[in-house]
Amino acid sequence: MSIAIDRDKCVGCGRCHDVCPGTLIKLGEDKKAYIKYPKDCWGCTSCVKECPVHAVRLYLGADMGGLGSMVHTEKKDGLLCWIIDSPDGTVSEIKIDPKESNKY
Amino acid sequence: MKVERIKTELLIIGGGTAGCYAALTASENSDVKILICEKAHIKRSGCLAAGVNALNAYITEGRTPQDYVDYAKKDADGIVRDDLLYTMSERLNKVTERLEQLGLVILKDENGKYVARGNRNIKINGENIKPLLASAVQKLPNVTIFNRVNIIDYSVSDNRINGAFGIGIENDTFYVIEADAVIIATGGAAGLYKPNNPGFSRHKMWYPPFNTGAGYAMGIRHGAEMTTFEMRFIALRCKDTIAPTGTLAQGAGAKQINSLGEVYETKYGLTTSERVYGTVSENLEGRGPCYLRTEGISPETEESLIKAYLNMAPSQTIKWIESGKKISEQNVEIEGTEPYIVGGHTASGYWVDTNRATTINGLFAAGDVAGGCPQKYVTGALAEGEIAALSAVKFIKENKAAGIEENEVNAHISEIERFMNGDKAQFTAEQLEEAMQTAMDSYAGGIKTNYRFNEKQLDIADMKIRQIEKLACGLRAGDFQELMYIYELLERLTVCRSVIAHLRARKETRWHSFAENLDYPEKDNGNFRKYVNSVMENGEIKIILRELTEEGQKVYEHCN
Repeated sequence: MSIAIDRDKCVGCGRCHDVCPGTLIKLGEDKKAYIKYPKDCWGCTSCVKECPVHAVRLYLGADMGGLGSMVHTEKKDGLLCWIIDSPDGTVSEIKIDPKESNKY
Repeated sequence: MKVERIKTELLIIGGGTAGCYAALTASENSDVKILICEKAHIKRSGCLAAGVNALNAYITEGRTPQDYVDYAKKDADGIVRDDLLYTMSERLNKVTERLEQLGLVILKDENGKYVARGNRNIKINGENIKPLLASAVQKLPNVTIFNRVNIIDYSVSDNRINGAFGIGIENDTFYVIEADAVIIATGGAAGLYKPNNPGFSRHKMWYPPFNTGAGYAMGIRHGAEMTTFEMRFIALRCKDTIAPTGTLAQGAGAKQINSLGEVYETKYGLTTSERVYGTVSENLEGRGPCYLRTEGISPETEESLIKAYLNMAPSQTIKWIESGKKISEQNVEIEGTEPYIVGGHTASGYWVDTNRATTINGLFAAGDVAGGCPQKYVTGALAEGEIAALSAVKFIKENKAAGIEENEVNAHISEIERFMNGDKAQFTAEQLEEAMQTAMDSYAGGIKTNYRFNEKQLDIADMKIRQIEKLACGLRAGDFQELMYIYELLERLTVCRSVIAHLRARKETRWHSFAENLDYPEKDNGNFRKYVNSVMENGEIKIILRELTEEGQKVYEHCN
């Protein structure tokens, strides 16, 4: 369970660094973010949701059965969209309306 | 290292669920100067970082606060404080309304009433619950927030708290904070035992891995009375992702079944500990793995579940999608987690009076760090934050602290310099953390022994924890974050000592799995319908057995 940060996409805003509940994300000299302690990630996805350019993606560790999908979120028309890229190229998108309650 | 001295009236340690609500309450009911010290950032710190799927503590229509007290008491087989549960329960609905005012989405029926899930839960969209709370706190005029400041010790003289010491994780600053009253709201302790996934995904656990028992440890070392550390909490979770099962079980009606497809929960009972015990027993008897039966659920239910998990435990949704199979085509395997020490599900924590005052004068406790009041969940933690804040504000009006002596400041600076300088250490904090978790796992009832232990094993656990404590004093840190890791390890070791002493003291088995003492496999109501409490004296943990509060007791005051 951890995250990967795409250096090319990162714009160095520092929001993922600020929000991480484990203080695990650091900013390099060029202000770009990197995860310094990948094994210590709780998988809360705070940083994923905070990133304005979708540079932060979550994946499941192989030791917990992860198969290589990478997950990020995008905000579209007031909806929170979760986008799951599988290694075989398939993309799943799940839209969540933040104004809608869970049914269960 | 910079040294910064700060004076405030109310110091709140921990800006999570209880701490934020304490700040809100204190600010709205007084003009006292408030400082929150938070080791991370209050926007997403504490238990609510990823979100939460339901509010599990609510008095639904036709029910009363007393019903909630009775439920929690039954689940803990009597070892609870009636006064604490009652004063929490009568506030549950009020704090829920407040959450809604802050912007939390709660499911309502056509008449505008909250839709209940079972007898005590209501349905919400809790993805943004912590940012909502945090943003309310950030707007308060008399509240200052220090993010990334980790409190490492209290300043206590003559059993009166005068403030605390902290380290700025990212600014190399040592903080000396004087306060007239302190609310401790640092949560419980994860990471004492070897986790389910001890490798790369070691932090994929039920409880926040960043809650390291700081509040417990600081109190224990300063002689605060603690209660019920032997009632460990073990969560029944979805395997691998350690995601919640309640949404599937209570929300979608999925039953616990063994590998033969038999529903086994009725065989072992339905309390929280019995559900874990049943799963462990079925595995031991060769009928594992165990599952929640989701095969055959409807497509609508499936879609709702996929979304519900994204709002609180996204890894489970990813797991379903990665598997290439629908939820209706595969049951969800379940397992017990490693044990945690928490006051919000089970009842471990500070021994407090009805006003949430601890036995240290001027120190109040709220949320997972406060004992005697299980099943508080989110709303109960808010309620306790409110009670503790009102008590602290009243206390501040009548009492001023003495201030912190210079020699105490210097002693802490010397300790930090010792950790930061000097020869390279043989071990790292990470290595010693693993050693601690292995010792607890093997000898103090971890996953490895199916949560069971005997006294001989506890003796070995205690010996090993003491050895690791000695080694930890020789650790070295390269920066202030590593310094925090050393303090976190020391906190956990102190909590381990207390857990071991408590497990040994309750010479019965009242709760399967939570405290399964193989030397005393039966319940002993004659001797142990009591609270097991403790205080640390001269570095040793002294056990105090206390009589239970009376049925329906509404007020409890500290006594010797």
